[in-house]
Amino acid sequence: MTDTITYRDALHDAHREALEADDRVLVMGEDVADYGGTYAVTKGLHEEFGRARVRNTPLSESGFVGAGIGAALGGLRPIVEVMTVNFSLLALDQIVNTAATYLHMSGGQFNVPVVIRMATGAGRQLAAQHSHSLEAWYAHVPGLRVVAPATVTDARWMLASALDDPDPVIMFEHAALYASKGELSDGGGPVDLDRAAIRRPGSDITICAWGGTLSKALEAAEELGSDGIEAEVIDLRTLRPLDDATIVQSVMRTNRAVVVDEGWRSVGLSAEISARITEQCFYHLDAPVGRVCSAEVPIPYPSHLEQAALPQVPAVVAAAKAAMNR
Amino acid sequence: MTAALPAIETTVRLLGDMIRIRVMEERCAELYQQTKIRGFLHLAIGEEAVSTGVVSRLQPDDAVVATYREHGHALVKGIDAARIMAEMYGKVEGCSGGRGGSMHLFDADHRFYGGNAIVGGHLPLAVGLGLADDMLDGHRATACFFGEGAMAEGEFHEAMNLAALWDTPTLFVCENNLYAMGTSLESSESETNLAVKAAAYNLPAWSVDGMDVVAVAEATDRALTSIRGGGGPVFLEAKTYRFRAHSMFDPDLYRSKDEIERWKERDPIVTFTDRLIEAGHIDAEGIEQLWAGARAEMDDAVAFAEAGTWEPVERLTTNVYRRTPSSGHPAPETERGQV
Repeated sequence: MTDTITYRDALHDAHREALEADDRVLVMGEDVADYGGTYAVTKGLHEEFGRARVRNTPLSESGFVGAGIGAALGGLRPIVEVMTVNFSLLALDQIVNTAATYLHMSGGQFNVPVVIRMATGAGRQLAAQHSHSLEAWYAHVPGLRVVAPATVTDARWMLASALDDPDPVIMFEHAALYASKGELSDGGGPVDLDRAAIRRPGSDITICAWGGTLSKALEAAEELGSDGIEAEVIDLRTLRPLDDATIVQSVMRTNRAVVVDEGWRSVGLSAEISARITEQCFYHLDAPVGRVCSAEVPIPYPSHLEQAALPQVPAVVAAAKAAMNR
Repeated sequence: MTAALPAIETTVRLLGDMIRIRVMEERCAELYQQTKIRGFLHLAIGEEAVSTGVVSRLQPDDAVVATYREHGHALVKGIDAARIMAEMYGKVEGCSGGRGGSMHLFDADHRFYGGNAIVGGHLPLAVGLGLADDMLDGHRATACFFGEGAMAEGEFHEAMNLAALWDTPTLFVCENNLYAMGTSLESSESETNLAVKAAAYNLPAWSVDGMDVVAVAEATDRALTSIRGGGGPVFLEAKTYRFRAHSMFDPDLYRSKDEIERWKERDPIVTFTDRLIEAGHIDAEGIEQLWAGARAEMDDAVAFAEAGTWEPVERLTTNVYRRTPSSGHPAPETERGQV
């Protein structure tokens, strides 16, 4: 039996369950209480669990992310919501210099079990300070785990796994996904945060995507299928550490790969994934690894320019066909 | 006004702790010259009354979150001098397993949360520790130390606001030694009365003579009484001075020798020694015993550090994750640590 649910509601249910299951869990961030969360993920939870555990913060990204880290060190299991990855740069010091280093600097004495969630990505005409995809900035840093639920099922179950992780977890939610609907299987449970998932099997080419680009990759794969090209689509799910084994095993079978990344091409995740494929599959590759990324421009406001800046299905199809020499 | 002396056991303990810090740090300076200690080494010689006065008043399960000038705070909190010294050497036996060095002393057993070297970055962390204590029905307090330079950082302001909003049990201790590296207070703060500045966040804030260990200890008691009574955070400014340069790399060009000499006349150990002798709390022989005891303790600490072990390079990438991921990049032999 299956049930249809939005990504937003799946996240909401995950939060509710987490608050119910463990008194040490608290949700903190800007407008998580009365407003219901910027993307309405935490709506109503303060009424059920109180304002101490669903805690509004002032507009102090560094302050409240740092407080979340301190609270985690003090024995709580905080879920810190940051409105968008763009604003998270105000808390970069806390995440990179504190959360990611404490276990190491302390010689293994102080782990930081905090979950920091944030929206990422473009597509809603929010222009150049609300639309960027900076997952790669965090995926660069040893000590952090970076995850990106792309499906309603992962939205529903990844949070519990992230809370169960003893290390800091950064969770990216593509803003365009909140209203998306999908089927939630009964009997879901913990997500293995070390593993990517093959969302569509195929034998001709591997397409790597995550978060907001997964649906585009799947759509491109359907289109390729009608042209007789069977694409395998991998949802990376975890951006650090990357599940090299799943990617490599797939490329060893297909001998071709395309990476779809809403981040910029330069020095980004697509570059990293491409390099790893080249390092580990060089003699199995029949074509250079293709990349479909955002244009090297801050995201513009007008819809037609914004859409032109983002990876789109036709570009994925074209990159795959180029790799197939078709 | 000079605060009245507490009981003899307390005063002698306070003096003894200041002497232990002084001896340890002077030994560190020598070891630095001998290249036994490397990296940055920030000495708090001259500032011992602040760390001693505050930390000695904490309970064992209270937390300390300190800066990179934290050797004294760690010692008074109860971390073994030998483990501190081994940490400065970078040995496995160090209180941070050798991974931190002078700037990053940690100890879970004594709730000592660093050794933090991003100026201002640890203040939000201290608020979070307080939040956890509050929500877990604790009675514990957190003492958070920072220099006056940190008060120009945004994280100071964000942390003060959060602490006051949430009434966290946090004692903010500003160790005002008048210079942020080489930048004087006047050239870094629009309001040089730091307690006035802090009071804008609607919490009790006052200044104390940071060269008087008894004054610092009394101010700490008063602050902790308020904090433990549910009064929320307190800001304490301790006016002090570092006699040495900022770090071992600092040529100390930004202040006059006269100024340094004037402050040295207020050396917290010398003045407190005189006062205790005058009050009959201790005699010259007792003083010598304190110094000899500290020297013996630090001799042992150095011997312990010297005898310590270097961590095998094979362990390089440990303690990056508590739960080591099973995925990641299969690292070639020569390229450890890829994830």
